[in-house]
Amino acid sequence: MLRISDLNVHYGGIHAIKGISIEVPRGKIVTLIGANGAGKSSTLRAVAGLVHKSSGSVLFDGREIGKLAAEDIVKAGITMAPEGRRIFPHLTVLENLMLGAYSRSDQKGIARDIDWVYELFPRLKERTWQKGGTLSGGEQQMLAVGRALMGSPKLIMLDEPSLGLAPLLVKEVFGIIKTINDEGKTVLLVEQNAYAALKIAHAAYVLEVGSIVLSGTGEELLRNPKVREAYLGG
Amino acid sequence: MSLAMFVQHLFNALTLGSLYALIAIGYTMVYGILRLINFAHGEIFMMGAYFVFWGVTLFHLPWPIAVIGAILVTSMAGIMVDRVAYKPLRNAPRISALISSIGVSFFLQNFAIVVFSAIPRAVQRPDWLVKVIVIDKIRILPLTLVFPVLSFILMMGLLYVVYRTKPGLGMRAISKDIETSRLMGVPVNRIIAITFGMGSALAAASGIMWALRYPQLQPVMGVIPGFKAFIAAVFGGIGSIQGAVIGGLVLGFIEIMIVAFLPTLAGYRDAFAFVLLIIILLIMPTGLMGEKLEDKV
Ligand SMILES: Nc1ncnc2c1ncn2[C@@H]1O[C@H](COP(=O)(O)OP(=O)(O)OP(=O)(O)O)[C@@H](O)[C@H]1O
Ligand SMILES: [Mg+2]
Repeated sequence: MLRISDLNVHYGGIHAIKGISIEVPRGKIVTLIGANGAGKSSTLRAVAGLVHKSSGSVLFDGREIGKLAAEDIVKAGITMAPEGRRIFPHLTVLENLMLGAYSRSDQKGIARDIDWVYELFPRLKERTWQKGGTLSGGEQQMLAVGRALMGSPKLIMLDEPSLGLAPLLVKEVFGIIKTINDEGKTVLLVEQNAYAALKIAHAAYVLEVGSIVLSGTGEELLRNPKVREAYLGG
Repeated sequence: MSLAMFVQHLFNALTLGSLYALIAIGYTMVYGILRLINFAHGEIFMMGAYFVFWGVTLFHLPWPIAVIGAILVTSMAGIMVDRVAYKPLRNAPRISALISSIGVSFFLQNFAIVVFSAIPRAVQRPDWLVKVIVIDKIRILPLTLVFPVLSFILMMGLLYVVYRTKPGLGMRAISKDIETSRLMGVPVNRIIAITFGMGSALAAASGIMWALRYPQLQPVMGVIPGFKAFIAAVFGGIGSIQGAVIGGLVLGFIEIMIVAFLPTLAGYRDAFAFVLLIIILLIMPTGLMGEKLEDKV
């Protein structure tokens, strides 16, 4: 469904992504793990059209989207819950969700998806009229994921959705990622929590300073001694 | 001072204040979204005034059509200014766009001198706006009733767009976090254009009413009202629409009342606004309703 080939990203003189290729098959969860600064966020942001790609191609459903503007990539069917949540603190929970649906005009579909998001995250429903900034960290994360779902994506990209959450919430978030996937969304997941990510992923890539050093199914990488040593604490 | 006099001053203050407020909204909206002080905004105000009188005298259009036409043309001009002078500088340091706006301001003034000529023109006002009504010793110029009402309607319309429509939601999102707005699929450039269009439309409306209130047209007529409205926006807290409205009204009120109660100081009425600006910047740089901003231009 998504095929990234030979992607390069430069920030000024820094060569952050060095010719990586990643394939995300339809209906699967693919995870990208790696240490801080490996280039995970840069990869997602390049796909989303937020950073300039020096070279490489991004094919989505067979169509080249590498040159599209961010808003057109959303229209094509890719949304993202960015690192650090980035919800709009001065807007209500409902307004945040409606922003996620900005590119759509099918009122019925939007209403249906609002119900769906509230079903996935009942705590958001209770806080419909609350300002985003007054939510707890965990609730903000749910809002960020819900907001990305409101774009009715075929592919949803999640950048460290478990960051800074208590263990119980982490479990809940990973459960929800599975649910979303079961309901037909393809997921590209970036995580520091390598163990939990590899457990739910169909395929995984390990990124080190801008290059892919390993790839395989989630299970394969869970068993891989190098991965165990570097990312799973031995 | 008699009560009757006071009531007359009150209406004058309300009129002047609403005209400032309409201009101030444009400053504050553009600042809210781009963190840019659009110094060409006073010239947009001036163009609105000229266009309507072109429409009436040159093309013999009926007033309502001339007014609507002038507002539309002026908002197009505002969008053009953004396209030509600010959009290419979106990723440049903020100071570049600020300097560009000063350039546009001078350009438009000189453009007006060439197109409209530098000679001040008298404005023929429709009778019904200026035929004094006397109610129980209170002498009221009808336009001091009509203009605040029109301004109020325009402001309500603006608030409706900002708080109740989809482009308005986009504006409020962009003003906080432009990159995440992009990620949500908000067409940022279109929303910025809409913002310039609406701000310019309000400035044009203000310019038209200004020219009817003080019936003279001049290419530099936007400079002083523009500066004062900018001060009103800073006073209200730049970035806040409600703040711009309150700031405009307060400034109009103080200005009229100083002249009314302290006639010996009347000559300093323009200086007063600038003194106010200095005081605000010293004691409450974020204004009445402004948020704390890390860095201002
Ligand atoms: N806007 C930027 N300007 C300059 N350098 C950047 C920028 N964004 C990222 N980088 C650099 O690019 C490299 C990759 O960063 P990136 O944010 O993609 O890493 P990451 O894998 O997401 O890390 P983390 O796990 O800490 O989120 C880093 O060396 C970082 O310093
Ligand atoms: Mg990251």
